[in-house]
Amino acid sequence: MLRFSLSELLQLLKNFCFSFSGKMLEKILILLCLTSAAAGQLCKPDASDGYKVRLSIKTALGDQAYLWDEKEMFLFRSTMAYAMRGQLNQQFDVSNIIVCEETARVSFWFVVTSPLNTSNLVDKKSVEEAVRKHRNRINSAFLLTDETLEFEGIPRTLEAPFTPDTPPWLIVFGVVMGAVVAGIIVFIGFSVVQKKRKKNKKTPEDEDSEEEESRGKTMENGAANEGVYNMSFTDEERFTRI
Amino acid sequence: MRFVLANPGLDNRIPSYKDLERTEEEAGDRPKWDNKAQYILTCVGFCIGIGNVWRFPYLCQSHGGGAFIILYLILLVLEGMPLLLLEFAIGQRLRKGSVGVWRSINPYLTGIGIGSMLVSLLIGLYYNTLIAWIMWYLFNSFQNPLPWSQCPLNDNGTGFVPECQRSSTMDYYFYRVTLNSSTSIAESGGIHWPIVVCLLAAWTVICICYIRGISTSGKAVYVTAILPYIVLTIFLIRGLTLKGALSGIIYLFTPDINELTKPTTWLDAGAQVFYAFSLAWGGLISFSSYNPIHNNCMQDAMILTAITGFTSIFSAVVTYTVIGFRATENYDSCISDNILTLLNAFDLPEDSITTSNYEAAFHHLNSSNPDIVFGLGIKPCDMQKLLSEGVEGTGLAFIVFTEAIMEMPGSPAWSVLFFVMLFCLGISTLFGNIEGVVVPLKDLKMLPKKWPQEAITGVTCFIAFIISLLFAQHSGIYWVTLFDNFAGSVPLLTIGFFEMIAVVYIYGIDRFNEDMKFMIGYKPSIFWQVSWRFTSPLVVLVILVFYLVTQSQEELTYLVWDPKSDQFPSLASVPYPSWINLIIFILAGIPSLTVPAYALCRLVFVYFKKTNN
Repeated sequence: MLRFSLSELLQLLKNFCFSFSGKMLEKILILLCLTSAAAGQLCKPDASDGYKVRLSIKTALGDQAYLWDEKEMFLFRSTMAYAMRGQLNQQFDVSNIIVCEETARVSFWFVVTSPLNTSNLVDKKSVEEAVRKHRNRINSAFLLTDETLEFEGIPRTLEAPFTPDTPPWLIVFGVVMGAVVAGIIVFIGFSVVQKKRKKNKKTPEDEDSEEEESRGKTMENGAANEGVYNMSFTDEERFTRI
Repeated sequence: MRFVLANPGLDNRIPSYKDLERTEEEAGDRPKWDNKAQYILTCVGFCIGIGNVWRFPYLCQSHGGGAFIILYLILLVLEGMPLLLLEFAIGQRLRKGSVGVWRSINPYLTGIGIGSMLVSLLIGLYYNTLIAWIMWYLFNSFQNPLPWSQCPLNDNGTGFVPECQRSSTMDYYFYRVTLNSSTSIAESGGIHWPIVVCLLAAWTVICICYIRGISTSGKAVYVTAILPYIVLTIFLIRGLTLKGALSGIIYLFTPDINELTKPTTWLDAGAQVFYAFSLAWGGLISFSSYNPIHNNCMQDAMILTAITGFTSIFSAVVTYTVIGFRATENYDSCISDNILTLLNAFDLPEDSITTSNYEAAFHHLNSSNPDIVFGLGIKPCDMQKLLSEGVEGTGLAFIVFTEAIMEMPGSPAWSVLFFVMLFCLGISTLFGNIEGVVVPLKDLKMLPKKWPQEAITGVTCFIAFIISLLFAQHSGIYWVTLFDNFAGSVPLLTIGFFEMIAVVYIYGIDRFNEDMKFMIGYKPSIFWQVSWRFTSPLVVLVILVFYLVTQSQEELTYLVWDPKSDQFPSLASVPYPSWINLIIFILAGIPSLTVPAYALCRLVFVYFKKTNN
C-alpha cells in the first residue's frame, strides 16, 4: 500500500482537479482535509485506545506468502469490523476502523471509531475482548497464527495441554506389572508342581533305603551278640515288592 | 617377586586339581551356563551399563576428546584387563561366589567378600532407582504429544506456570512432575507416589528375571544385552542424518593434547576404566565360578575388554550426534529470536535480516543506534556453550536427550526406543549386582538353607524395595547423587586393591600361574605377570590416594533445584548439612573398612578361643 502524507494528497488532487469546477473542487478538498485530519488525530502511535498489529507473513507461509497490499488491508479492516459487530452488536463498518503508521515490517496501528459518533473511539477494553473472542476467525482470514499475527498488548488465550482421561502411563504400567506378576506365579507354581512330583517319586525309594539303613544298624549292634545275619533273602523280598 | 605371606592350610580349603576334574564329569548341584554365549552376554551386559551412555561421552569431551580416548584405551589394557582376568580366573578356579573365594584363600580375608556384598547392595539400591525413573519416562512415552513438550497453564489461564516458563518444559517435567524435588537433602517432604509405583515395577522385574538365579537371568540377557546395540545402531543412523550431527562429533573428538598433562584427566580415565568393568562388585567372580574348569578365561578377558572399549566409543559417537543436533536447533532458534527482536524494534521488512547476514546487520544497527540495541537485551548465541550444556548423568538422559527427541519427527517412537535401551542397559548390570548380593548371603548362611532360590530372590528384592523407598522422597534425587558419589567410588577402589594384594601375595602368584596353566594350558605371559604384580595395584593405589586427597580438600557441596535461588534455572550449589558426614562414613567407610575390621575381629575371636582352651 502506498503511503500518502497530507501534502502529497493535496498536491495530487490539485493536479487531478484542474478540469473540475472550482467550487466543487473546494468542497471535495475541504471534506478530504477534514476526514484525513480527523483520522490523523484519532489514530496515532501509542494512542490510548489503539493497538499495534504486527504480521509475519513470510515466517508463517514461507514460499506461499502473499504480498501485503491495500486489498489485504481492506480485508483486515473488514475483519475487525466483523469482530466489533460481534462484540458490541452495533453496525460497525469498514470506515470505522482507522489504520495508520504502516511500516515495511508489516506493522501498523489501528483505532476503532463508534458508528454512532465517528469522532469517538471505542474503548480499549471492548476492542481487546472483541479480538480475543474472534481471534481464531481473524487468524484464519489471513492464514496466520497467534504468533505471526500479533496484537501487541492482547495476551493469547492459551490452550490447556491435552490430558487424556486415563493417564497412558498407567495403562502401560498395568500391562507390564500384570505380565510380571503372572510370570512370577507361573514360575512359583511350576517349581511347586515339580517338587511334588519329585516327592512322589522318592517316597517308595525312600522307604527302601531307610529300611536298609536301619537293618544295617541293627546288624552292627547285633553282630557282636548274634553272629552274621544273612541279608540276601530279605533284600530280594524288598526288591520284588516294587 | 617371590614374596608370599604365610598361608597355612590353603590346600585343605580349596579343591585340588583332581577334585576339579572329578566334579567336571559329574553333574553337580552348582548352576551352570547353558552355553558360552550366555556367559559372555551376561558379562557384557554387566559391564556395559548406563554409565557408558551418560558418563563416558562427557568425560571424553571435557578432557580433550581424541586424546582422552587414546588414554582410556591404554588404561583399559594396562589396568582393567589384568584385574578382569584375575577375577575371572580366581572364580573359575575356586568355584565359589565372592565370599566363598576369599574365605577359601584365607578365612581372615572374608572381609573382602563382605565388603563386595555391601558395595553391591548400596549400588544396587540407587541403580534401581535410576531404572525406576527410566521406567517412568518409558511408560510416559506412549502418548503424542509427549508430556514433557508442554508446560501446564497457571491458574488464570493467561500464561504458563512460572517455574516452567523460566526454565524449560523438560526441566520442569523431570524436577517437578517426575520427582517433585524439594530444595535440600534435609527436607524429605514425604513420599512421591509415582516413584514408589515405578520402584515397585523395577524391583518386580528384577525379581522375575533373577527368580531362579542364572537359569532365568541367563535367558533374559539374550534380550537385555543385545537390544541396546540394535537401538544404538538405529540411533546412529538417525543421528547421522540429523542437522548438526557432525558438529557434535567434531566437538567430541577434537583432541586437546594439553589435557593429558593434567592429573585429573588421568584420574578420571583410571576411575572410569575401573567402574566400566564393574570390578570388585563380586558379580564377575560368581559368574566365572559357573564356568567349566578348562574354559579359556584369558580369551574371555580380552574379548570383554575389546567389547567394552568399542561400546564406549560407539555410544559416545551416538550421544554426540544427538547433542550436536540439539545444540544446532537451539542455536538456530536463538538466532531467529534475535532476528525477530531486531526486526520488530526497527520495523524492517521480514527478509532484510536472514541467518546469513545477521552478524553484519547486527553490527550495522549497533553502530547506528547503540542505545536502542542495548535496550533490547539481545543475548549472544554461543554454539560452544550450547554443546557443553548438561551433557552428563541424569541431565543428559532426561533433559538433553528428551529435548532432542522432541524435535525429531515421530518422537514417541524414538522416546520409547531410547528408554527401552537405557532400561536394558541398566537391568543387565543389575543382574550382576543382585548376583553379588544373593550369593554372598547364601555363603554367609544368613538365610535358611532350606529356602529355595525363588524365596531368597523374592525376600532380597522385597527388602531392597523397602530400603529404596528412601529415594522415593522429594529429596530422593539428592540421595541418589550422594550414593553415586560415595558408595560407588572409594569402596570399589579399596576392595579392588585388596583383591589384587590377596591374590598376588597371599594366595601366591606362583600358585596362581600354576592354576592358569592347569585351566587354559599355558602360563600367562610376562605382560600379565608385570601387571598383576606392579602396574595394576600401583595404578589403583595412586587413583585411590589422589581421590581421597582431592575429596578431603574440597568442601562438600551438591546441586539443588531451587526456583527461589539466584541461579535458577541452573542448579544451585549448596553445602551439605553436617550430619551428612555420618552418612558418607556409612556409605564409603564401612564397606572399605570391613576388610581390616573382619580380620581384626577374627583375630580377637581366635585368640579368646585359644586362651579359653
